[in-house]
Formats: sequence, structure tokens, C-alpha cells
Amino acid sequence: MHELIDYIQKYLDSNQTPGAAGNIFWATVYILLVFGGLSVAVIAMNWLERKILAHMQVRLGPMRVGPHGLLQPIADAIKLLLKEDIIPAEADTFVFWIAPFMVVLAAFTVFVVVPFGPTHAITDMNIGILFMLGVSSLSVLGIVMAGWASNSHYPLIGALRSSAQMVSYEVAMGLAVLSVILLTSLHGVDLGLYGIGANDPQAYGTLSMIGIVQAQQEQGVWFIFKFFPLGLIGFFIFAIAMVAETNRAPFDLPEAESELTAGFHTEYSGFRWSLFFLAEYSAMIAVSSIAVTLWLGGWLRPFPGVHGPSIAIPHIWPPADPAAPTGALDFAFALIPGISFLLLAAMCFYNVARMPKHPLFKIQTMGLAGFGAVLGLIGLVMFIPAVRDRVNDIFWFAAKVAGFMYLYIWYRGTFPRYRFDQLMKVGWKILLPLGLALLILTAAMGMRTELWAQFQEVVHGL
Amino acid sequence: MNPVATPFFFYLLAGTMIIGGILVITRKNAVHSALALITTLLAQAALYLMLYAPFVAGVQIILYAGGIMVLFLFVIMLISIERAAKERQFNKQWLVGIVAAAALGGLFITIYTTTTKGKELFPEGRMTYGESQNTQQIAALLFDRGAGQYMFAFEIASLLLLVAIIGAVVMAKKRI
Repeated sequence: MHELIDYIQKYLDSNQTPGAAGNIFWATVYILLVFGGLSVAVIAMNWLERKILAHMQVRLGPMRVGPHGLLQPIADAIKLLLKEDIIPAEADTFVFWIAPFMVVLAAFTVFVVVPFGPTHAITDMNIGILFMLGVSSLSVLGIVMAGWASNSHYPLIGALRSSAQMVSYEVAMGLAVLSVILLTSLHGVDLGLYGIGANDPQAYGTLSMIGIVQAQQEQGVWFIFKFFPLGLIGFFIFAIAMVAETNRAPFDLPEAESELTAGFHTEYSGFRWSLFFLAEYSAMIAVSSIAVTLWLGGWLRPFPGVHGPSIAIPHIWPPADPAAPTGALDFAFALIPGISFLLLAAMCFYNVARMPKHPLFKIQTMGLAGFGAVLGLIGLVMFIPAVRDRVNDIFWFAAKVAGFMYLYIWYRGTFPRYRFDQLMKVGWKILLPLGLALLILTAAMGMRTELWAQFQEVVHGL
Repeated sequence: MNPVATPFFFYLLAGTMIIGGILVITRKNAVHSALALITTLLAQAALYLMLYAPFVAGVQIILYAGGIMVLFLFVIMLISIERAAKERQFNKQWLVGIVAAAALGGLFITIYTTTTKGKELFPEGRMTYGESQNTQQIAALLFDRGAGQYMFAFEIASLLLLVAIIGAVVMAKKRI
């Protein structure tokens, strides 16, 4: 018993991810936390998407189940679970059965390496980003299997479109990612590329997700602003390709309802359909977290290189970790998580005050007030220094990913769907050459001091 | 830290690979064969992981399981499965196949059991490279100024692929 407690406590002092520390208990806890958090995020996303889309179209959206329709996703989930599960008579039963699991498996496995913070990841791999791209590319297999096994025309066409689209856009995506991996081998802000060939092993670039964020921390800049505008262009290529990879509007041809009913999941119903739904949204979160990690500094706060004057407030600041920065700006940013939750709570209470005073709305008003109280409590807990220092990184990561999720909804609300030839044109004729040029230019910028020296040598020789 | 790669995992993965390989050649339905092949390739990627080569494993998943097999399925799905399943095998080469397989198996067994000059072919202990530096080591082998020695071979292989691509385009398109 004592050993067991020792085993559990030993990790807390190690300052590593559970995977690196080899601690099975904490790895399991982290996996459960990530899985639970992800499921909650998908549920929240379901509600938010309907609500935001509705407001963009000047509608109200779900209003009936719970205050402002807050309980609508739960009602939906119950409906989906109770629905009859139909397998078409002519379908290939085994493949039909296994396809949704394949998609869900691919969508959830990638979260093993997502870095929510320097220690808040299940594990860190040497091939982190490669693992994410590889495993998420397996989801297309599930989609193809689902489309074929349904033994029906619309799903088959949807699956074909989906696989063609995903294979095409993976190329552009890979090139954009490659330019970031080049950037990770730069050390110091303007020291030039040492990279491969140097004796110092630190001079190599890295594929590890945590390593990529640490490279941004070391260089004091998010990679989106590195070598302006090169980082920005890379980010845009990825931002377009990731929408196409997840089959979302305006690239949602595989499930274009006006042409293909519902695309590859036309024949699915009930629980199996909800698995596709779950996989689609968690894949969206996964690619968003790749974009956040690679370009938007992962868990780093905005302006990671600016600290301001050093200040000290007894018992509150600086944090217990001696290595943490102590600047005034660091303190201000450390307070933002708590403040933002308090703002959300204030929004809830404002809407409680605006609720109709009719007795029929009594329970709804109470529910909204309770929701606001919970949010406010979370906000207050986040001001406790011990909690504040531990959740800060998770907050910034989640906030950036949430920004991307809003973008996804925004795209869906504003852009018309592409035609298939337009889609292929964008992928192969615009994004691919742009990505290649970007890669060459990034490499040239990284080596510009050495290139300049060689150029001068050549000029000198003439 | 003890390595997690215990013999149990090796036998599990090897078993998966063999069963997958057998299913590839015994299934009548081409799509089922392709799915079995994907299983085999994924198990092989896991074997690379066991050999402390995560980069090779990642490339295996991206290229074979994620890229090539998707294109395979793409083509196979458009074949009429019913007609293909009814077709009988027309090349009777099972005798040659069995002889070749037996020869290869015999070769493996001979190598595995032979000892030369009192030393076994497979040493007791094995060298373990740092899993955390695998990608960087491969890069050094390819591109390093001093130690890099495989760059030329690598470039030749990519040239071969380019030739194949051009050939495919020429064959597929009458007018370029």
C-alpha cells in the first residue's frame, strides 16, 4: 500500500510527462482526462455550432431544452443511442461494422501526443508530428470502408471524393508542416541555421510536439510571425488544408447533401452514425491543436518574449517554480484564465436578469443562474496560486483551439461549397507550388548569413 | 527505465502479421484482402517501434497504410466484387510457389541455427540506440557532412520514383 502511494506521488515531483516518466497510473489518469475533456468539448461544440450558425442566419437556434438550449446535446445523445441500428441487407456486414470504430480510433489516438503544457501531455514522442499526421490519415481508410460497405451509390461516391480530397490535401499540409520543422532547428533569434552537420545535438530540428513549442519559447516568437510573412503563408496553407482534411465546409463535398444525401454515412444510423459525428469533431480538434502547436505557440501565452519589470507580491507572485519568469506582464497574463471565467459567469447572470419573469421560466432561470455560479466558482479557483500556475498552459492551449473551432463554424456559415474541380485546382495548382516555394524560401532565410558569406566569397573571387 | 518491448509484444505482432498475410492471399473478396494487408502493414510499423526506430514506423504508417493502401482500395472498390469472386484462378503455379516458400523457409532456419567460428549469428545482447534521437540519427546518416554516406543512394531511389511517375503519366495520357 505504502509503495503504491509512493509510486503515485513520485511522478508529481518528476516534472515530466507520464509517458516519459514511465508511470502507468498517471498515464491512465491523463488518458481518461483527455478522453473526458474531449467528449465534453465535442458536446459543447455541438451546441455552439447550432447556436452560432443560427445567430449568423438571424435565428435563435435551440431554445427549448434547458436555458438557451444548453441541454440540447444531451437530448440529442439520448435520441441517437435509443435509435434503431440498421444494417442494410446487401451491406458487407463486417466492414460496415468495423468502419466507424476505425474512424473513431484514428481520431482519438492522435491525442496521445497533443501537448497541453510542458508536462501536460500523455507522452512525448520523437516523431510527434509525424505520428499525428500518420494516424489521422488512417481515418480516410475508415471513411472509404464505410462508403464501400454500405453497398449503395451515394456513400460510394462520397467515399471516393473523400479519399481523393484527403490524399491531395495531405501533400500541401505536409509541405507547410515541413517548413515549421525547419524553423525548429534555428537557435537564438537571428543566429542562422546550424542544423544538421553541427556537432551539437541540440542544433538538430525536432519532430516532437513539445520540442516544437519549446523551440518557439526559446526563440521568443510564435512561428506564425517568424520570417514575416513566410510563417503566415505556411499557416494559411495549413489552415486551408486542415479544413479539407476534416471534410468540413466549404470542402464538405464527401457529404454534400444536395448531391449525395449524406455522403459516406448515408446508410448509418443511431449509435454508429454518432461515432462518425464524434470522430469528425475530435478530428477537427486534433488538426486545430496541430495548427496551434506548430504556429500559434502551443501553451505559450501571447507575446512570450516580453516579460516587463520583475515584481513580487507576498504569497501570490512569483510562482513557486524558481525557473518561471517573474515579470509584471507574466503576472497579468497569469490572471487572465480566472478573469475570463468570471466574465463568462457575469454573462450568465446578465442573461438571468434578462429572462422573462413568467412563472413558466422559473426553472430555466434557476438553471442558468446555477450554470453561472459554477463558472464563477471555477474562475475563483483559478486565482489560487497553486492552481493558477498549473492550469495556465492548458488554458492558453484550449483557448487557441477554441478560436479555431469558432473559425470552422464561421467558414460553414459564410463560404459556399467548392465544386470538385475547383477543389482539386486549389489543392494541386495553388497550395502545392506555394508550399514548395515556402519551403525553399524558409530554408534560404534560415541560412541567409551563411549564404551571404558564400555569395561574398564568390564575388570576392571574381 | 525498462524497455516496454517484451517478447510478448513481438509474438503478438508477428502473429498478427502472419495471420494478416495469410488472409491477404486466401480471401476471395479483394477489399477484404486489402484490409488484411493494412493490418499486416500496421503490425509491421509496430515492429519497427519495437526496434527503436519510431521514424521508420511513422513513415510506414503515412506512406503504406495511409497513402498507398488508400489508392489500392480506391481502385479495388470500382471492381465488381461479385464477378471477381466467381472467377477461378487461372495460373496454376502452386507447385512452384510451395518449392520457393520451402526454400526460403529452409534458408531462414539454416541461418538461424548456424554458428560460425563458435559465434552465433545473433549476438546475446543487442545494441540499443536512443529512441529519442532516432529521427536525428537517420538525418545524420543521410545528410551529415562527415558521417552521411547514404545520400547518393537515397537520391537515386527518388530518381527511380520520378521515372515511374513520368512513365505512368505517359502511359495514361495519350496527348500531353
